[in-house]
Amino acid sequence: MVTTLDSAMKQTEAGESQDRGEVVPVVAVEKLEKSFGSLRVLDGLSLSVNRGETLAVLGRSGTGKSVLLRIIIGLETPDSGSVRIQGQDIAGLGMDQMGAIRMKMGFLFQHAALYDSLTVGENVAFPLEHHRRDLSKQERDERVMQLLAEVGMERAIDKMPSDISGGMQKRVGLARALALAPEILLLDEPTAGLDPISSGEIDDLILKLQHEHQMASIVVTHDLHSARTIANRLALLDRGRVVVQGEFEDLQQSDIGFVKEFLKQS
Amino acid sequence: MSDRGITAAAGTTPPLTVQSNAPSLFFGGGVTGLLSGFFGWFGNLGIFSWGVLKAAVTPPYEWRELIRQLDEVGSKSFPLVALAGSAIGVIISLEARYSLSRFGAKSMFPATLVYSVIQVMGPIITGLVVCGRVGAGIGAELASMKVSEQIDAIEASAVNPYRLLAATRILACILMLPLLTVAADASGLLTGWFAQAMVEPLSFHQFIFSGATFNAFLPPTFKTMVYGLIIGLIACFTGMNTRGGAEGVGRAATNSVVLGSLFLILADVVLVKFILVVFP
Repeated sequence: MVTTLDSAMKQTEAGESQDRGEVVPVVAVEKLEKSFGSLRVLDGLSLSVNRGETLAVLGRSGTGKSVLLRIIIGLETPDSGSVRIQGQDIAGLGMDQMGAIRMKMGFLFQHAALYDSLTVGENVAFPLEHHRRDLSKQERDERVMQLLAEVGMERAIDKMPSDISGGMQKRVGLARALALAPEILLLDEPTAGLDPISSGEIDDLILKLQHEHQMASIVVTHDLHSARTIANRLALLDRGRVVVQGEFEDLQQSDIGFVKEFLKQS
Repeated sequence: MSDRGITAAAGTTPPLTVQSNAPSLFFGGGVTGLLSGFFGWFGNLGIFSWGVLKAAVTPPYEWRELIRQLDEVGSKSFPLVALAGSAIGVIISLEARYSLSRFGAKSMFPATLVYSVIQVMGPIITGLVVCGRVGAGIGAELASMKVSEQIDAIEASAVNPYRLLAATRILACILMLPLLTVAADASGLLTGWFAQAMVEPLSFHQFIFSGATFNAFLPPTFKTMVYGLIIGLIACFTGMNTRGGAEGVGRAATNSVVLGSLFLILADVVLVKFILVVFP
């Protein structure tokens, strides 16, 4: 395990830490605070994820799970606290510097957020067109087809997003998130609003992709069953803080009332 | 892969924070709220403009999207602008002939019409028509993208939405307004001459050069680049700041037109004075 992490660190920008033999998490969030008006959403939240690890972030609605993902990818700015991606603090980065960080990340939005004027294939091609200008059109098309095949959507390449189901849109969103071969995958409620069969298919797909790509993943979900299936570790949020984190068994053994109640109701 | 570009079929970390908190113009309770909303809105517009300017002048440039927007703003506005210009030519012809005849200045009619069209009505009518068609379109389109997180998705893909969405649209408006104004002027002069020739035969050459010079034509035509800047900037700012679902999209479209038209007319006051001073 240590060997794997050490090799992962060679790809990070935290060279100094690597030289000292320290394990630098791929994503490290420390004492994050965020309020919207008088509403405090995150209140000193800290967590970290290592390479090849999947962390499921659970919690009630409005506990700041999606905001956490948006802060990690730089779509929101925290009031205080820090976010380090591969050892680099993203606070105060300009658009271009943040762009370089974002290219290492794939983000699946809760409602997929596909570009509704582009076909499925064009949606997946979008990041490639902007960041892989070295690819010929044929190479790009092949890459798009390969990505769509990975999520089982190659037959929908010419369809418009409005012509496919919610589950299919999530698959396409996942293919788009994987287009630049990210090292970090952020998934915002990947199974929300899907029937149990589609949810299971998405879970299987995420597991397969994690196995193949060895990414660090953070999955925000309400779905405890899904979280147990796809995550190595779970973190339960309440009132903007991590109440407990660990494997599912750790949550089960917790004496905290909120944890017991959450597990009971899930 | 496609030449359609990113549109809604119907959203720097720092600038986006500004956008999400952008207040509405004239929004707020009491005088303090009104002033706070007013200055806050202009402050955010300034920050937004700076973000767009920085994005516009730094590579990579979004040429393909720019070309698509030039077509969207220019080619697709041409029929409307030409039609409006034609109508203006006839209206001025009918009105001016009657008014000038009353004051015994009928001989001034061709020059009056030509000056009215190229210096006043052509540019302003073009600006207002484009503001109505393009401004509403951009406002609604970007607002729709904003509320459906498509702008966030663009940013999450490490693509600068200011560069891809705002800079291209604003630049297209700036470049196309003068060309559309020429079209409106030409249509207005043609129909004005035709209306005149129906009553009193006059060659088109005599009609056009009855007083107008090329220098009289240039400043009013190029001032429409400022109109284009206003239309594009207000529409993009309004659209990319939208909150509140379908209602927000509707509000963005309305505000794009209302504020765009208002600022366009206000800017004209300054521009007319500027032209009179600089090009006497």
